[in-house]
Amino acid sequence: MIESRHDSVIVRHLGGGLIPLVQIFALYILFFGQHGPGGGFVGGVMMGTSFILGILVFGPTDRSTVVAKRVAEADGVGLIIFAAVGGLCLIGGGQFLNYAELEIPGLAAPSRRYLGILLTQIGVAVDIAVTAVSIVFSLSVVSGNGDSHV
Amino acid sequence: MTYSFELPLLILLILTAGGAMFVKDLLSAVLILGSYSFFLALVWAWLGAVDVAFVEAVVGSGLATVFFVLTLFGIEPRDTLIRRTPPPIAAVVGLPLLGLLLLYAANDLPAFGDPASPASTYVSPFYLENSLADTQTPNVVTAVLMDYRAFDTLMETVVIYTAGMACWLLLRRDAR
Repeated sequence: MIESRHDSVIVRHLGGGLIPLVQIFALYILFFGQHGPGGGFVGGVMMGTSFILGILVFGPTDRSTVVAKRVAEADGVGLIIFAAVGGLCLIGGGQFLNYAELEIPGLAAPSRRYLGILLTQIGVAVDIAVTAVSIVFSLSVVSGNGDSHV
Repeated sequence: MTYSFELPLLILLILTAGGAMFVKDLLSAVLILGSYSFFLALVWAWLGAVDVAFVEAVVGSGLATVFFVLTLFGIEPRDTLIRRTPPPIAAVVGLPLLGLLLLYAANDLPAFGDPASPASTYVSPFYLENSLADTQTPNVVTAVLMDYRAFDTLMETVVIYTAGMACWLLLRRDAR
């Protein structure tokens, strides 16, 4: 459905300036989620939204869409990160997702929990961002070589 | 207690919700629904649930609108105009009565922020008192979501992953 880049030069220039800002803000939301509002879910959605904006503005042939298509193939990676952190806790001798049992020498239990929360938030963010981009590609078939269907 | 902020917000919410229901063009309905989500985000922020407000603003008025618009692009233009049939008499009479019944029942709910209500006396005090010492995470919401209730969040992530997979299986048509 998305056949070419957007006609309006205003939209293209604004999009080009806005996308990096949205991505930086998404990273801030993700990594500051333990100290302020936000977290993995919102950070992931914002990151996915920035990719979607690139797809909508620059069309199927642009480099950003190719990158987004690569990103959309990583479905499930975030889930694996989340579950792997839980599995590492199992290896450390604790319960599943009990971050106090993460086997990291030199860290007290609260710091381990802090690290566990951060890692699982990254997992959630990756999962959400990839899913959002993937749904957009499912809704509007954009093929990589420039010709589009629907 | 004055309602100088809540009352205009409530009116805007009802107006946008009604507008999304009564407008003839589906594209207009989608955009009005996006503004409805934005006002709802303001309500969450006003109630102190900033995390929920964030999600509502980004997902409700941003992502969902994009999904709806992309879906509308994919269908025939004549299908985006809908002819609404008048609602049955039973719904016109019954639904307001049901609303009155719910308002009457809402009298028995505990007041907003009541420290003696069951929701605030069970596990919430434990989280509020111990989460900073346990996890070094000042944001209690994040500590509860990602540590105390991490298994819940893992399953939510599975749900979202499954939703993406289902869309991929049902809608992808670019077989190579």
